[in-house]
Amino acid sequence: MSTAVQEVVQEKKSEPLFSKKNKKLLSNPLDIDNPITVQVLGICSALAITSQVKPAIVMSLGLTFVTAFSNLFISMLRNTIPSRIRIIVQLAIVSVWVIMVDQLLKAYVYDMAKLMSVYVGLIITNCIVMGRLEAFAMGNKPWPSFLDGIGNGLGYGVILISMAFVRELFGGGTLFKGLPFEWQVFKSMGIAYQGNGLLLLPAGACILLGIIIWIQRSINGYRESH
Amino acid sequence: MENLINIGIRSIFIDNMIFAYFLGMCSFLAISKKVSTSFGLGLAVVFVLSVTVPINWLIQNYVLNAGALAWLGDDFASVDLNFLQFIVFISVIAAFVQLTEMAVEKLSPALYGTLGIFLPLIAVNCSVLGAALFMVGRPYNLTEATVFGFGSGIGWLLAIVALAGVREKMKYSNVPAPLRGLGITFILVGLMSLGFLSFLGFSM
Repeated sequence: MSTAVQEVVQEKKSEPLFSKKNKKLLSNPLDIDNPITVQVLGICSALAITSQVKPAIVMSLGLTFVTAFSNLFISMLRNTIPSRIRIIVQLAIVSVWVIMVDQLLKAYVYDMAKLMSVYVGLIITNCIVMGRLEAFAMGNKPWPSFLDGIGNGLGYGVILISMAFVRELFGGGTLFKGLPFEWQVFKSMGIAYQGNGLLLLPAGACILLGIIIWIQRSINGYRESH
Repeated sequence: MENLINIGIRSIFIDNMIFAYFLGMCSFLAISKKVSTSFGLGLAVVFVLSVTVPINWLIQNYVLNAGALAWLGDDFASVDLNFLQFIVFISVIAAFVQLTEMAVEKLSPALYGTLGIFLPLIAVNCSVLGAALFMVGRPYNLTEATVFGFGSGIGWLLAIVALAGVREKMKYSNVPAPLRGLGITFILVGLMSLGFLSFLGFSM
């Protein structure tokens, strides 16, 4: 009898895996709490590898994987890590996951790994990972932290892929180059399109990101005070 | 000597960490609101870069490279530890940043007061790890690697101080509200980077 009561109490205390709060963790980073456009994290790779859609997709997947699992592990260890050396502990755990991603890429998509060169390694210092570890995983339970990692990885991916889409379309005149459903957009319409070299430069990416932020903030009403 | 000057100038202007590679952007954007603080952070980055790049060069060439452990004896001649590169480099950087923080705290509390918050942030400044990884990809010797690290730091300092100068003036401009802050800063950085592209014309 008493055990049954206890079970009921237990059940009341534990929330469902996808409660409203947990869903927010996934959806907020896509828009009003976006890691790139609002939290200003992970800018370097967003500018460097978005000249085509394919590397942008690979990078987003890699980062989502690393953020989610580092968040999970740091969150499980959060009560045992001494705060003085927490940065080294965090970086060590993050780099273990990055080494895994790097070795996987080298083993299965070698040309992609070559193309992305140092930027895979730089996931370690991608501020999104460190930022989420510090801001979320150090103070929350493993499951929400895991979701937070996935949400932020996806929010990063949304911006990355939309930038890569514009840059590849107008910079090179193709879409999804290197993927099975590659599309020569302008060629198939019979237009001789001269690619816009500015968009392929990091400078063009910077200006484009500025404009994306402008559009996003016009829609969701987020304002920054000077 | 000429070679060293070339590497120095290349890493400051042509291969500028910010305007050519876009490394170290997060702190570059976050801490460029005032010239004085950005200058302090820039100096700290110069210091960390010019010490960690040579340290990582030594580690790469005497520990990590294939066959680099030959000095330990013949048994180690075939060991290749390159897969440990990331974790070793980032540990060196994090450890060094923490050491610097402690040393500055003890030796010069005044400087620590001004730099305090920014010092630990340097560990995750991608330009530090980025410079270490670029250094591996290029055939530098120890002196050249040191000059490269120092030059990259100076380039970063130059970029952040320049941006902070422009942003201080931006306060008085009438920017559309949704573009204010981060948006206009990105467009500024893009335009500044176009300016730096003109250095590409120099043949070294």
